Amino acid sequence: MSRAEAVLPAEGQPIDQVPIVRVTGLEKSFGPLKVLDGVSFAVQPGQMVAVVGRSGSGKSTMLRCLNGLEDIQGGTIEICGHQVGRPGSWNKAQLRSDVGMVFQSYNLFPHLTVERNITLALTLVQKKPKADARRIALAVLEQVGLAEKAQAYPEQLSGGQQQRVAIARSLALSPQVMLFDEVTSALDPELTVEVLKVMEDLSRGGMTMILVTHEMGFARRVAHSVIFMHRGRVWESGPTAELFARPQTIEFQQFVGSVL
Amino acid sequence: MNYDFDFEFLADRWPDFLAGAWLTIQLTVVAIVLGFALGTLCAVLRVYGHPLLRRLVGGYVEIIRNTPLLVQIFIVYFGIATLGLKLSAETSAIIALVINVGAYTTEIMRAGIESIPRTQIEAADCLGLKRLQVILHIVLLPAMERVYPALSSQFVLLMLASSITSQISAEELTAVANLIQSDTYRSFEVYIVVAIVYLALSFLYRIAFWLIGGLLFVRRRRLGTAL
Ligand SMILES: Nc1ncnc2c1ncn2[C@@H]1O[C@H](COP(=O)(O)OP(=O)(O)OP(=O)(O)O)[C@@H](O)[C@H]1O
Ligand SMILES: [Mg+2]
Repeated sequence: MSRAEAVLPAEGQPIDQVPIVRVTGLEKSFGPLKVLDGVSFAVQPGQMVAVVGRSGSGKSTMLRCLNGLEDIQGGTIEICGHQVGRPGSWNKAQLRSDVGMVFQSYNLFPHLTVERNITLALTLVQKKPKADARRIALAVLEQVGLAEKAQAYPEQLSGGQQQRVAIARSLALSPQVMLFDEVTSALDPELTVEVLKVMEDLSRGGMTMILVTHEMGFARRVAHSVIFMHRGRVWESGPTAELFARPQTIEFQQFVGSVL
Repeated sequence: MNYDFDFEFLADRWPDFLAGAWLTIQLTVVAIVLGFALGTLCAVLRVYGHPLLRRLVGGYVEIIRNTPLLVQIFIVYFGIATLGLKLSAETSAIIALVINVGAYTTEIMRAGIESIPRTQIEAADCLGLKRLQVILHIVLLPAMERVYPALSSQFVLLMLASSITSQISAEELTAVANLIQSDTYRSFEVYIVVAIVYLALSFLYRIAFWLIGGLLFVRRRRLGTAL
């Protein structure tokens, strides 16, 4: 478990910068099944952190805990200043405005147009006037290269396009941190590329991102740091290049060997 | 068979049939609108409500679905009278029909609500929508869309079943027919006419539901997907 507790510095950023996400000793069980067993890590603003690991190692669960979708049994989560997980100690509405989340299955609302999918939360939650919401929707659609699909319905789009809309929808709320859970796993390889491109652009734009991914090539090329999860723990983590160049644990070596 | 059909009575009684049909429409449209509202509310409570509420709604649905409509109508009609309230037969009929169709709507809408994937609700939650907003904007319309054929059939059935309110002399279509046949002794013909009027009403209702479906489910209309 070397380097597991290390604070991960973004390239060119001082190490002593205050992390925007800090998780310490996170524990999560489903009944008797302990899924997260003391997960600790920190993320600096502007970093892209890739979370990798075998199926069932607890990656999705960890991400869901960060966003308050699961209650936790131990440890602390601090994200954008919110203390998540302890009942009563965090405000869900405020957390939602600071943290965006995108899922593997896109989860666009099928009965609403692409534009309405995006403006829904802007008008209902952020109480923006319709015209403003519309402007923002078109801007984020532009950003993911789908401005011309504003009036389409989700079922009229390819999987890759749907996922880009889902990213745009999350982006529209101007979150400080974005969480991605295997957002390309349901896509054909050629559609994966366009979604990864959007995420890479986002990262270049300075967005703080935590992404669970099986795209090792992408993680290796784009992520600032990598967290390898194994058996509900951060088994190994560190700056991407260093981690891949000198893996410390046999498990990570085997994992890398099995997926590359 | 040498029965001589005689529809003579239609010549001066047709306005009565029309009036009866009109009252049937009024009774059942009000019952459908209120029953739908009640049923939808109950369905939401049944799926998302406090366990106690869920049981309560479950009990209501089971009681209504396992007793005859006529008995329900009598209970409402005589029950209200016993409580000392003075309500017309029509109002009692509407109350009984609302309670009845509300229970069936609850079951149908519950199936629709349960068919909405949990991930949709989670996604809406992640966007910051409140629980009620999620139900109103994300759950209800797609849920209704999925069960719309069953729902509209149920409403047509209610319109037909409303004939039974003639038993407490609500002056709807069947009551009118009962009256006319006792005046004319042309029972067979009278009920043939009534059957045809009900058929026409059913047809009318189906068209109305089809149009309403088109209005509600904009995506279907725009993409040309059949309901
Ligand atoms: N809601 C739940 N109830 C019970 N057990 C769960 C639940 N969600 C996840 N688990 C269990 O927790 C463990 C970790 O699951 P998780 O989904 O976090 O893994 P993962 O690393 O994301 O895997 P994958 O790569 O397959 O997505 C698994 O053993 C899983 O069966
Ligand atoms: Mg997962």
